[in-house]
Amino acid sequence: MLAYVLRSLAQGAVVLVAVAFIAFSMFRFVGDPIANMVGQEASMADREELARRLGLDQPFPIQFLHFLGNALQGDFGISYRQGRPVSALIAERLPATVELAVLSALFATVLGVALGVYAAIRRRGVLANAVMTLSLVGVSLPTFLIGIGLIYVFAVELRWLPSFGRGETVRIGWWTTGLLTWSGLQSLILPVLTLGFFQLTLIMRLVRSEMLEVMRSDFIRFARARGIPARVIEFRHALRNTMIPVVTIAGLQLGSVIAFAIVTETVFQWPGLGALFVNAVQFADVPVMAAYLVFVAFVFVVVNLLTDLAYLALDPRLRAAAPKGAR
Amino acid sequence: MSARKLALAVALSAATMLTAISAEARTLRWARSGDALTLDPHAQNEGPTHALNHHIYEPLVMRDRAGKLVPGLATSWKILESDKNVWEFKLRQDVKFHNGNPFNADDVVFSLQRAMAPTSDMKGLLTSVESVSKVDDYTVHVKTKGPNPLLVNNLTNTFIMDKEWSESNNVQKPQDFKNKEENFAVRNANGTGPFILVSREPDVKTVMKRNDNYWGKSAEVPLEISELIYTPIKSDATRVAALLSGEVDFVQDVPVQDIERLKSTQNLRVTTGPENRTIFFGMDVGSKDLKTDNVEGKNPFADKKVRQAMNMAINRAAIQRVVMRGQSVPTGVIMPPFVNGWTPELDKAPAPDVNKAKALLAEAGYPNGFQVTLHCPNDRYVNDEGICQAVVGMLGQIGIKANLVSQSKTLHFPLVQKNPPETEFFLIGWGVPTFDSEYIFSFLYHTRDAKYGSWNALRLSDPELDKKIESLSSETDTAKRNATIAEIWKKVQDETYYLPIHHQMLAYAMKANVDIPVDPENQPKLKYVSFKGM
Repeated sequence: MLAYVLRSLAQGAVVLVAVAFIAFSMFRFVGDPIANMVGQEASMADREELARRLGLDQPFPIQFLHFLGNALQGDFGISYRQGRPVSALIAERLPATVELAVLSALFATVLGVALGVYAAIRRRGVLANAVMTLSLVGVSLPTFLIGIGLIYVFAVELRWLPSFGRGETVRIGWWTTGLLTWSGLQSLILPVLTLGFFQLTLIMRLVRSEMLEVMRSDFIRFARARGIPARVIEFRHALRNTMIPVVTIAGLQLGSVIAFAIVTETVFQWPGLGALFVNAVQFADVPVMAAYLVFVAFVFVVVNLLTDLAYLALDPRLRAAAPKGAR
Repeated sequence: MSARKLALAVALSAATMLTAISAEARTLRWARSGDALTLDPHAQNEGPTHALNHHIYEPLVMRDRAGKLVPGLATSWKILESDKNVWEFKLRQDVKFHNGNPFNADDVVFSLQRAMAPTSDMKGLLTSVESVSKVDDYTVHVKTKGPNPLLVNNLTNTFIMDKEWSESNNVQKPQDFKNKEENFAVRNANGTGPFILVSREPDVKTVMKRNDNYWGKSAEVPLEISELIYTPIKSDATRVAALLSGEVDFVQDVPVQDIERLKSTQNLRVTTGPENRTIFFGMDVGSKDLKTDNVEGKNPFADKKVRQAMNMAINRAAIQRVVMRGQSVPTGVIMPPFVNGWTPELDKAPAPDVNKAKALLAEAGYPNGFQVTLHCPNDRYVNDEGICQAVVGMLGQIGIKANLVSQSKTLHFPLVQKNPPETEFFLIGWGVPTFDSEYIFSFLYHTRDAKYGSWNALRLSDPELDKKIESLSSETDTAKRNATIAEIWKKVQDETYYLPIHHQMLAYAMKANVDIPVDPENQPKLKYVSFKGM
């Protein structure tokens, strides 16, 4: 078990370095940060001087090694756009993104599983069919459109909820939270709905089809034959057996809501990592982009590991197999 | 719930009582697409950064809402009779920084020197300065390398910091991006301006409160805003929605397609006006041969007739109508109307004439036109990519096939700025912070060298023109200087080195109880704001 975790972590480290390398080699296509960093009066000499000071005149391998060396010591440099240490920026933005992502994932998973089970059990019900039809909208509408639509209805027309920002936040140590204030909670609603909607429909459809599959299998039939009550069959036996693929998808989706909340964060001016990254790309702020991409890779590595561990918890057969390294 | 109601009642009655004893408490919530990059006054020479800093810090000389120079922390300024290389500034007395420190000559000397430091981004405007010295507590001499009649115009965004505060917080130098540390001045400020910084969360929110001891309060500057909250909102739709829903009071960067809708909304006001920025095309007139064209061994752009034909092919009125939805002023010169040297004759947009353009092109030896690559930014100016697409179509009518490459500004501008430039036909926009033609000439027309021509991507090099341009910087006789300016314009207009398109217009939208006119430099000056009809 421990060996398995350690091996996964080692593999994760390789992934991180690979991501850093690929990301770094792509930055040259994002453009030249110097153009954004100096005013229009700067002379050619000023520009060259700045490039030299930042080490941007160095060949690519040297720049990359330099970055890697510093990153290993936890130093991601200083943002070209804001003049602040990148690690501080990421720490400052992390709470907003994590709160948004975790709440969205919770919303999507809880409601998604519930609706999915309902749609599977009442396969021919009117409500179940309505939910299924509605879920098609969620799968096919782009996130920014959902976000803007929600803003239009709930902020502009009804004026119930704020259209942007995080509201008032409370500081607990280095973490800032919007969960403890009224305006913070209000501000969370629309972004959570927007970010979670796609995941919700995905999980719901997945649970429904998996559940229908399981309900047709032999052991459910035997259980019925034994006279076990329908509720127990549905929730203890059938649902549990549908959870393995659902956990895989939900886990990976959690990674992607943290990493790619970019669109939602931009639409709602949510001060999280995604918005930070978008601004960094437009400014060619290389230190922030590099750190962000490495961070995203890290999130995926961790989420994957946790998903694997969740399998073990759900499926007793895997617990026996895992130590032998069957994967 | 009842506790909340009680708190609200207490707050309300407290607010009413406050109103009775002091000036009314009024908040203005201000949003635009991007945040200031830093509060450090000399670290970034960039529009939104200056726009925010102008509310906290002040320069010696500033511009009013019409763009006219008015006294700031200096009450008067002149070139010394005895030495034409020295500007004398008389400083305003009894001004205090927000922390209570008195303002005096030491602060000015310190700040100008800081703005000239190697890590300063303002140093490009102060290259003519040799030294700054204190004469007495309220007099400062700025010695220039040779006479510089325009020094004052270069100081309108050079903010004055408090020397003692800077020293005790270790911010004697602007942010060095090579340092690992954040400079204290990036998120903290101590100026003399109309508003005092309360809190700053970069990219999220900046809160300022009224400086009740502000020296400049007057009938014209009522300073009615007691609290100013500045929020960047990047997404156009969200920014407009925030105004419609009443969450902000004033927005900049209003998308052109929303102007009509906002105008027709009750309780909202939209103001529009020209920005100090002209949009134009440039092309390689200096190379022997172009790389991206299909003409062997010749550079078509080097021929004046070709350039004139292209200028004639562009239908500026159509661009204004279709691409800009009326939000632009077509022009025939790459100089905004605020600038010294501007005349209505120069500004007149040439009438499009496709047949004459074709004839000129044939005369130049290209009856069937030619091909060339056009580079264009797609996230820098209002509808920049649309302008390029329109021009590609218009040039197509006379047989010039421009292959459009439009990309982000971070990719576009390096092409123009690299030496030699990596584009042969490009779109850029240009604002003139000094409000004088010399600025345009020395960056866009002078031969590119260490000091001049950093934006001259034309590969244009005309020693005679260069000499005239250089003479402007030290000519103190205004009449003579203006005559030279007119002469240079005549020459470069005749050569048609650039293809001017239009002056960009700006739109601000706000609650109807305030009226904020468009600022030529896109730096709304909120100390002038007065609330009415409330």
